Amino acid sequence: MAMITVQLNGEARPLPAGLTLTGLLETLELDPRKVAVERNLEIAPRGQYGQIAIADGDRLEIVHFVGGG
Amino acid sequence: MTNTASSPPAAAPADAPLVVAGRTLSSRLIIGTGKYASYEQNARALEASGAEMITVAMRRVNLSNPSQPRLVDFIDPGQYIFLPNTAGCFTGEDAVRTLRLAREAGGWSLVKLEVLSDPKHLYPDMAETLRATDMLVKEGFDVMVYCSDDPVYARKLEAAGACAIMPLGAPIGSGLGIQNPVNIRLIIEAASVPVIVDAGVGTASDAAIAMELGCDGVLMNTAIAEAKDPVRMARAMKHAVLAGREAYLAGRMPKKMYADPSSPLGGLI
Repeated sequence: MAMITVQLNGEARPLPAGLTLTGLLETLELDPRKVAVERNLEIAPRGQYGQIAIADGDRLEIVHFVGGG
Repeated sequence: MTNTASSPPAAAPADAPLVVAGRTLSSRLIIGTGKYASYEQNARALEASGAEMITVAMRRVNLSNPSQPRLVDFIDPGQYIFLPNTAGCFTGEDAVRTLRLAREAGGWSLVKLEVLSDPKHLYPDMAETLRATDMLVKEGFDVMVYCSDDPVYARKLEAAGACAIMPLGAPIGSGLGIQNPVNIRLIIEAASVPVIVDAGVGTASDAAIAMELGCDGVLMNTAIAEAKDPVRMARAMKHAVLAGREAYLAGRMPKKMYADPSSPLGGLI
């Protein structure tokens, strides 16, 4: 299987080529309703995760709400 | 026979609720969700506080442990108003980036802006805070702004479109109480959006003092989270905010230099 490398939450990570954001979140066992995703400094709209294909070199940030003041 | 029983006294006029950016809040107390021993304890303190709005932060998901406890599994975003903050942001661009993610995660545009400067005192960088307010308002956010207790900047923030002005009572996490009541009062007098003291409250009397000054609300985190019994302190803060608000509405007696007896002087035996 062809592999690509992305920066995921600041760390290099190999991923199978052709993965969408939906596929990535499934792989990571993350509930898409509980996170937000930024791809190359652009917000990835939640409704489009299934159409957004991850490309080699992408910078992805997956964030969520945590306790804060 | 005359019935001398008088009709019951008219109830005091009801207080209008706090409204921020068109949202009516059932409580004037807003609490943070940081520094608790656990999200479970946080949820119990929140329930005891009666608060409807909570501040939250946006952070990277820990990908090495997807089963770690999540805030939203303990505090339901459908039941409480989540107010995402910009803690850790030092520029307007950082704040906009963080809050765009928060808007996507939560689906709402009401946010708390804080642009800090020096970690030693966590004082807001007001020039950058004003610039960030302007940027966020232009992006369609409703911005509640953590700020210094400077009446001049408070007016500028309101002019830039802030939906609430949130001056500090004392440095974040210090618990020192309202250090400059004169400035807080000046800000309240000039503002036509809600003024909420954010940071500095240490115990219940501090919250009451903020409300007696005429603040529309109080936002606190450490005072509850770092109390020996956070759930009990949360309840104390609920009462303090209510008491302070009622005292403000009632109008306190004038201070006098000398004693004035409460019992009549006439009719002494």
